[in-house]
Amino acid sequence: MLGISNVDKRYPNGLLALSGLNLDVAEGEILAIVGGSGCGKSTLLRLISGLDTPTAGTVALDGTPVTGPRPEIGLVFQEPRLMPWLTIDQNVAFGIRHLPQAEQKARVSESLARVGLASHVGHWPRELSGGQAQRVALARALVGRPKVLLLDEPFSALDALTRGDLQDHLLDLWAYDRPTMILVTHDIEEALVLADRIVVMQPNPGRVRVEVTPPLARPRDRLDAEFLQWKYKLLGDLDHASRPPTGDESFPAVAI
Amino acid sequence: MSSVNSCAASTLEAALPSRRPNLKWLLGFILPVGLALAWEVAVALKWADGRLLPTPSRVFTTLAGLARTGELAAHVLATLQRVALGFGFGVAAGTVLGAVSGYWTLARRLIDPMLQALRNIPSIAWVPMFILWFGIFETSKVILIAVGVFFPIYLSLSGAILGVDRKLVEVGRIFRFSHREMITRILLPATLPAYVISLRSGLGLGWMFVVAAEFMGAEEGLGFLLVDGQQTGRPAVILASITAFAILGKITDWLLASVSARFLTWQDSFKPAE
Ligand SMILES: Nc1ncnc2c1ncn2[C@@H]1O[C@H](COP(=O)(O)OP(=O)(O)O)[C@@H](O)[C@H]1O
Ligand SMILES: [Mg+2]
Repeated sequence: MLGISNVDKRYPNGLLALSGLNLDVAEGEILAIVGGSGCGKSTLLRLISGLDTPTAGTVALDGTPVTGPRPEIGLVFQEPRLMPWLTIDQNVAFGIRHLPQAEQKARVSESLARVGLASHVGHWPRELSGGQAQRVALARALVGRPKVLLLDEPFSALDALTRGDLQDHLLDLWAYDRPTMILVTHDIEEALVLADRIVVMQPNPGRVRVEVTPPLARPRDRLDAEFLQWKYKLLGDLDHASRPPTGDESFPAVAI
Repeated sequence: MSSVNSCAASTLEAALPSRRPNLKWLLGFILPVGLALAWEVAVALKWADGRLLPTPSRVFTTLAGLARTGELAAHVLATLQRVALGFGFGVAAGTVLGAVSGYWTLARRLIDPMLQALRNIPSIAWVPMFILWFGIFETSKVILIAVGVFFPIYLSLSGAILGVDRKLVEVGRIFRFSHREMITRILLPATLPAYVISLRSGLGLGWMFVVAAEFMGAEEGLGFLLVDGQQTGRPAVILASITAFAILGKITDWLLASVSARFLTWQDSFKPAE
């Protein structure tokens, strides 16, 4: 459904952020991309979302090349990026501003209700906590019912408790109309809880190191023995991906 | 979830204004009124001579006298009209050029260097030219005021547009905003706080320049009253005119500030402790 073939991205300053990247994402799949910082994860999402264009290769959605932002592709940034001068319902309505007023209103309340913030209509962004603001950002990305939802480390700025909550929440949202999701994270546990398939990237230049499809049953238990095994395996991969192989390291350190 | 809600509710309640009438603004009167009273008393007790610096009561009587004959209203009206026209043209030009040069790089490269150079000329220096070009009547006065108002607005609007957070602009791009939507829904509101401040400083400059404009020859206006008071040796008239300027300047600034405050309630800005 979403095809990324032979993509290179070189920034104007000469830095090669991605090189020869190939990736296919199936409809309704949840794909996690993990990797240390600087290995091109955000760059990749910017290319898929159409905010930026690849230097070589193509990104195609259902066979048509992505040349700019498209209504079928939604993006949630690392920060909520709400407009401080709009109330939260007006912020959510950003995504469906072309619809008739009445329908906008219904869709906005529906999608705020789905992220558990129905009672916050009319509030200002400054009145929200970090987790609530990020939920509004999720509602804004989902209100237009995109086929593909891109998430760039959406929960990394939140505390562990809120993060766990929002991860479960994201799965509920996904179950509702099953968009294809690509989730960038540097948190292995987050990837294992959410994703069907996990791609580990490595830097200089950014490319895929390994790809795994953990056969874990859902809902996933963060303390399950098999889950933990996968977690340690991937931590090892991530560690190798971010460090040149020097000397012996008996215990894989988290390299983030 | 419920704990989150109750938490939010209690902060909201705490933020509600108290019921007691708010008299804190009266604090601002203590200093000027105190000084005026002290001067009044000093002159009344013959500690000081009130000839060159007339007492507040004499200034007030002079103002009242001018008001009774209708002179004051005529002067105020003439000055207000000049400021309003000059401010209007200055704001219009500053807004259009500031927005264009902030949003459109080619336009900025074309107009900004020239305007930056012109900006360094003290506007009063234009007076002889303006009189030559536009005569000594209303046109040259209004243009002088407009030039004074123009620069702060042009500079801060173009600067503010260039300073808008790229991250918010990207949200607009993701939702495929047209140029017009980008301007009206993101750039305009994002620059509004800076724009309002520039309007207020532009208005202040407008009041400053109207005096200069009326110095260069006018038949009426508060600036004319000022010159007249000087030439006829009546300091009370000068002070009456200055008082009228102060009151009008304060009122117009307050009007501007309170109208714009309605559009800026969303701001999450620093509020100093009481
Ligand atoms: N706009 C840019 N211009 C130049 N270099 C950039 C730009 N954005 C990112 N980079 C560089 O590209 C590399 C990948 O960045 P990024 O995609 O943000 O990584 P990640 O999201 O995985 O942390 C980094 O080395 C970063 O410094
Ligand atoms: Mg990133």
